[in-house]
Amino acid sequence: MRVMAQIAMVMNLDKCIGCHTCSVTCKQTWTNRTGVEYAWFNNVETKPGVGYPRRYEDQEQWKGGWTLDRKGRLVLRSGGRLKRLLSLFSNPDLPSIEDYYEPVTYDYDNLVSAPAGPDMPVARPRSVLTGQPTSITWGANWEDGLGGASEHAGGDPNLTGEWARKVKFEFEQTFMFHLPRLCEHCLNPACVSACPSGAMYKREEDGIVLVDQDRCRGWRMCVTACPYKKVYVNHATGKAEKCTFCFPRIEAGQPTVCSETCVGRLRYLGLLLYDADKVGEAAATPNEQDLLDAQRGVFLDPFDPGVIAAARESGIPEDWLDAARRSPVYALVSKYKVALPLHPEYRTLPMVWYVPPLSPVLDAVTSAGGNQDDPDHVFAAVTRLRIPLEYLAELFTAGDTDVVGGVLMKLTALRSFMRERTLGEAGDESALKAVGLTAREAEDLHRLLAVAKYSDRYVVPAAHKEDAAALTAMENRCPVESSGEPAERKVMLGIPTLRRRDPEAPAGGHA
Amino acid sequence: MNASGTDLLLWVAFPYICLAVFAVGHVWRYRQDQFGWTSRTSQLLEHRWLRWGSPLFHLGAFMVIAGHVVGLAVPASWTEAAGISEHMYHTTAVWAGSVAGVAMVTGLGMLCARRLLSRRIRLGTDRSDKVLFPLLSATVLLGISATAAHNVFGGGYDYRETVSVWFRGVFTLQPQPEAISGAPLLFQLHALSACLLFAFWPFSRLVHVWSAPIGYLVRPYVVYRHRAAARATVVRGASAREARTRRAA
Repeated sequence: MRVMAQIAMVMNLDKCIGCHTCSVTCKQTWTNRTGVEYAWFNNVETKPGVGYPRRYEDQEQWKGGWTLDRKGRLVLRSGGRLKRLLSLFSNPDLPSIEDYYEPVTYDYDNLVSAPAGPDMPVARPRSVLTGQPTSITWGANWEDGLGGASEHAGGDPNLTGEWARKVKFEFEQTFMFHLPRLCEHCLNPACVSACPSGAMYKREEDGIVLVDQDRCRGWRMCVTACPYKKVYVNHATGKAEKCTFCFPRIEAGQPTVCSETCVGRLRYLGLLLYDADKVGEAAATPNEQDLLDAQRGVFLDPFDPGVIAAARESGIPEDWLDAARRSPVYALVSKYKVALPLHPEYRTLPMVWYVPPLSPVLDAVTSAGGNQDDPDHVFAAVTRLRIPLEYLAELFTAGDTDVVGGVLMKLTALRSFMRERTLGEAGDESALKAVGLTAREAEDLHRLLAVAKYSDRYVVPAAHKEDAAALTAMENRCPVESSGEPAERKVMLGIPTLRRRDPEAPAGGHA
Repeated sequence: MNASGTDLLLWVAFPYICLAVFAVGHVWRYRQDQFGWTSRTSQLLEHRWLRWGSPLFHLGAFMVIAGHVVGLAVPASWTEAAGISEHMYHTTAVWAGSVAGVAMVTGLGMLCARRLLSRRIRLGTDRSDKVLFPLLSATVLLGISATAAHNVFGGGYDYRETVSVWFRGVFTLQPQPEAISGAPLLFQLHALSACLLFAFWPFSRLVHVWSAPIGYLVRPYVVYRHRAAARATVVRGASAREARTRRAA
């Protein structure tokens, strides 16, 4: 057993209102530079929808992630090492800028400098790439709130099979939810594995996947290999860039920018301990629908004395072990098992998980004349109203509707029990028991999901003093830079102050 | 040695200056500009021309480089000793060289065309590209027209007795400017523009040649690095080798 720690994220999709605050604050922090105008390290897409970049989930086309060869060995879908080197000159599976969208700016100057005339001056859109007037025909979330869905959403790669035809057919009674996405900081990262230069790496201490800007040579294989298309080419520098999980903030014990600014408070950050020796085996699990359990099997129980001893041996500090025990991510992923990974069938073992949304099912209950406060109605809906359930299963469980259904029933039972409690009743525990929760656990889970205090959502232990030299090195260089002359190149980020825990306060989060 | 002053300047001083700039330039660039050391891909912005142009150019270039190594570095007496007659050598060189040359010229033509015709690419072209593309094109065109004029359509010119002798002399530190001074003008111009290209090499995107990722074939898939080591490499690329790589899968 080789114990490693990773900062992981869980998002509670029922709370996402699609306000894009996470995307905008992320962009302001990391990608408001020439060359990455089109890149969104964090984006929010409407589902069903084709996503960003267009149809990125169609791995038949984009060749992202891993697959098993005939002998059951784990291989990159984009091909072996030799094939990758042979496609260095022209990568056949690289999305073009049109698959993202053409970034634009506006003629703002015209608003104040236009000569006096009978018409109100307007700011026309201009392509950032060519500087010429352009018309905006696509964007990072073109189908926001299902706008134009009747035209585009049918292109969603998750809509395959018999049931999907019904979705397209019944668009008047459609369902939707928002899906915020960022780099998954996978346990078995395909981008790292495809990087010919060895410039991409996973940090041993906290599992964050980064691009070493000094070693990247612009071979662009990472973009193809990432099935989530969360590595981007900076077209000004010719180098790869990606979500950094805001590591300067994480090292200082602070949540990422997307988490910190999340209006719906739907993001959770915490540690997960995992056994690095079991990663390869788990990723090569033969049946796609077993990948979820296989990945949960890689995670270690931070309360287990054996794990604690092995973790100490691996050099994981005490306050990190403490943080791992209080981790909301561990609770949602492994203890209550209400969080699910996005597309486990890509075999990268992603580390940003999602609590699937009940709202599409509840909408279906209401439209079918049921009462969404009645767990029986909802249970019936979960099993009978196949469309949203099958769609969610396609996203989160490689098509296994039983698992998604089980999570949704758990959430329904929790809601109904806690509603009764709040109204002063004793609460009917039979529904709870049916989904495997005790009253005590239900209150715990309710606190985590519904009350969701800042200190409960974010348990981020600061990096260690032993690494202080490393932290000060941050002041010299920044992991992302803009193009141009060496002297102008330095882009200084606001380096957050180190939030050191005082002996009384628990590690991470506000007291 | 009875070379004129001009010959000494063109065929001794100039090549050595260019080679010195080549060597020192690379050391300087590698130490100072790891961030700028890249192939500067533009495939994101334009991929239709690149799809054919880039592989044609690169594969053609590999063959052309191999041909130059054989033609310039290997003395005629060696191939003679290996039982390859001058005629056989010449015929093979012209045929293989023509295929490689045409592939490289076509590819380079397409790459230049996309750079000029696609506005996105043109705007993203930096100063070093504006020198590199004309210089590279000139060298390639001079080379292929020298071959075409003298060896394909002309009576045949044995550069292995003149240009190659001069070339080897430069590297064995026994420069023989008189060997090339009598060569046809196209060969001379080709040699001079090639010297310039070598001098400009370290300041252009051509440095990506030295980063050809051959090590990838034997590396473990997943790369792990310590935070401290990672930071250290970000501070200065030199300590990148200290970064540990370990196998995960």
